[in-house]
Amino acid sequence: MKPGQTAVVSGFTDEQLSVKLLEMGFLPGVVVRFNYRAPLGDPICVHISGLDLSLRVEEASTITIID
Amino acid sequence: MRPARKKIALVGKPNSGKSSLFNQLTGLNQKIGNFPGITVDKRTGLSRLDEKTEAAVIDLPGTYSLYPRTIDERIVAEVLFDRRNPDFPDVIAVIADATNLKNCLLLLTQLIDLQLPAVLALNMMDLAAKSGLNLDINKLSAELGLPVIMINAREGKGIDRLKRALASASAASKKSVFDPASLSNLAVREVQEHFRLVSPYEAFQYLQQGDKLAFLAAADKAFIREVAIRHDFFLYKFQGAETIQRYTFIQGLLDKVIVKVPESDWKERSHRLDSVLTHRVWGYATFFVIMFLIFQSVFALAQIPMDAIDRGFAGLSSFLAQGLPDGPLFELISNGIVPGIGGIVIFIPQIAILFAFISILEETGYMSRVVFLMDKIMRKFGLGGRSVVPLMSGMACAIPAIMATRTIDNWKERLITIFVTPLMSCSARLPVFTILIALIIPEMRLLGFISLQGLALMGLYLLGFTAALLSALLMNMLVRARTRSYFIMEIPTYRTPKWTNVWFTIVEKTKAFVMGAGKVIIAVSIILWVLASYGPPEAMNNAREEVRDQSAGLKLTEEEYENRVAAYKLEHSYAGTIGKWMEPVIRPLGFDWKIGIALITSFAAREVFVSTIATIYSLGSTDESATIKDRLKDEINPETGNPRFTPAVGFSLLVFYTFAMQCMSTLAVVKRETKGWRWPILQLIYMTGLAYVSALIVYQVLA
Repeated sequence: MKPGQTAVVSGFTDEQLSVKLLEMGFLPGVVVRFNYRAPLGDPICVHISGLDLSLRVEEASTITIID
Repeated sequence: MRPARKKIALVGKPNSGKSSLFNQLTGLNQKIGNFPGITVDKRTGLSRLDEKTEAAVIDLPGTYSLYPRTIDERIVAEVLFDRRNPDFPDVIAVIADATNLKNCLLLLTQLIDLQLPAVLALNMMDLAAKSGLNLDINKLSAELGLPVIMINAREGKGIDRLKRALASASAASKKSVFDPASLSNLAVREVQEHFRLVSPYEAFQYLQQGDKLAFLAAADKAFIREVAIRHDFFLYKFQGAETIQRYTFIQGLLDKVIVKVPESDWKERSHRLDSVLTHRVWGYATFFVIMFLIFQSVFALAQIPMDAIDRGFAGLSSFLAQGLPDGPLFELISNGIVPGIGGIVIFIPQIAILFAFISILEETGYMSRVVFLMDKIMRKFGLGGRSVVPLMSGMACAIPAIMATRTIDNWKERLITIFVTPLMSCSARLPVFTILIALIIPEMRLLGFISLQGLALMGLYLLGFTAALLSALLMNMLVRARTRSYFIMEIPTYRTPKWTNVWFTIVEKTKAFVMGAGKVIIAVSIILWVLASYGPPEAMNNAREEVRDQSAGLKLTEEEYENRVAAYKLEHSYAGTIGKWMEPVIRPLGFDWKIGIALITSFAAREVFVSTIATIYSLGSTDESATIKDRLKDEINPETGNPRFTPAVGFSLLVFYTFAMQCMSTLAVVKRETKGWRWPILQLIYMTGLAYVSALIVYQVLA
């Protein structure tokens, strides 16, 4: 994904991390928008269900999406 | 008649205005304590709910759900799952941010399933209304089965209605959101019956978190584990399923109660600010400018009160010394205890000012951006974005800095941060640096305006910072991770700070410092006073005669004579004896036994170096640093006949003080935070070793 794009969450590849992501609102079917990257490329800021969240790229990469 | 006392627990997600509400409910009737066995600050306060009811309000750490991420958050589970816990509430006040209802309601639905009486306080309704969000409050209350009160925690609106609702609330909601039986009926039922739990969800939580709950006995934990294995209880899968079910309920609920969907326009200003404040150039530039301004003001603003405190305690000490009759007890008071207390009070201005700034940065929401900006850089050293604040605070004082590491959820990151923070040059090193730099660096200016001495001072700070980062790198390779690191963090919208919250933070942190570190500082100053004032009796008793004999030919004033007696006594005291005994060890660093005495006394607190040096060189008073400097310049090394404080010795001492762990209070705080002596002792050995080796290299190369 590139900054500014939106996508739909479809699932997770890491079970342990998925419970934390679910709690923060990353639910399958919910729209997520990639806001911007930190200047060094990592972490990133995304917008999901009314919240701006920051997460590391390695964490974001466990979320599968459908464009 | 005494009013009835109710217990209220305040819960909610971070950034929802929880501390504002706590301050509104309790005012200044607050107390900071500790949860038994765990070093998490427990904020409690009294609140008058109505004519008949008084309540003890406990502020539980901000959390998104009952599944904890940090050690602080674990408290929420410990208190709410244990009905015998003294803090177990009669009613829970759940605060929710109306602009972000979805995330806030997750925790509330968990509390409903625990069948605990709760009241929902809807905060930030003004912002929600501005964004075009309209809520049907009555419907929300009916759907949840509990009272819903609209409040404005910052301005204190709606607090009275909330208090009345809390006073009358007693029954739990009859709704059920998530039914654990749908996932693992047998296991849940067995645990519920075994522990006689009120709700099946509590049993589900025991199965999920039983191993981590401190109030359960080992046999209970073993029982839970056995049940979980026997019935195929899948931790993560079930927890994920639970969260999805809850959000499905919440989405359905919001569809019913939201009258108009918000347009996220009001956040746009915040986003525009972020495009500058997290920019690859302007973001870092702003950050460094802010840091620079903070440190300048910490030093500049604190100077005046610190000087006043210094003078005040010195005056009190000499007033007592003259006013009180002679005798060891009175001497202990005037020369041991009073300066000891002064040594604590003198740090209050810096701690208060630093935490004022940190609190403002947190209140405005800028701190999350700092964490966001610095995470990648810090991770290269085994630290994380959240380590930035403690490391920065370490430049004022390591004690509050180490207390500030509690926001780091990953144990390894937190441990490394605690371990390296004391290497950051704290303000107590400043007096030592100032005097030594003045001694060995000429007062010159480069290009007409850059002070060479200032440059040297900055160099020492950079040296400490580099050492902290490199040590973190080393630790990162040696320590194995216990848990995974999460970074998922909310980036709140920018807000103007609420000044009463800033004030409460200042009071809280200052109190924690005075109470926590203060005791150790007093204890050690007393021990050091004994070491420095007592010695083998034959030498001590003859001090006056000896000095008179030695200085018979000199025409000394009364004061000069007394100063010489004091120096003689110190030389023959236990501290002096130890100093001479360790001279062979420190000689390779260029130090003699006089500096050795200063090293011993500054073990308690490094700034004592200056006053010890003053006593050793019989100055009597430490008021004018110019005199100390001149006196040190004149000191001759008897072996070479040259000045004692050559640049080599000065640099060696500077490097030693940059790295050495010379602060009992820091060790005490590290012990408290890591729950044991292992890490403080390792830290002491590591830092002393580093200091010794570096000073050795510096001296041997320069001399």
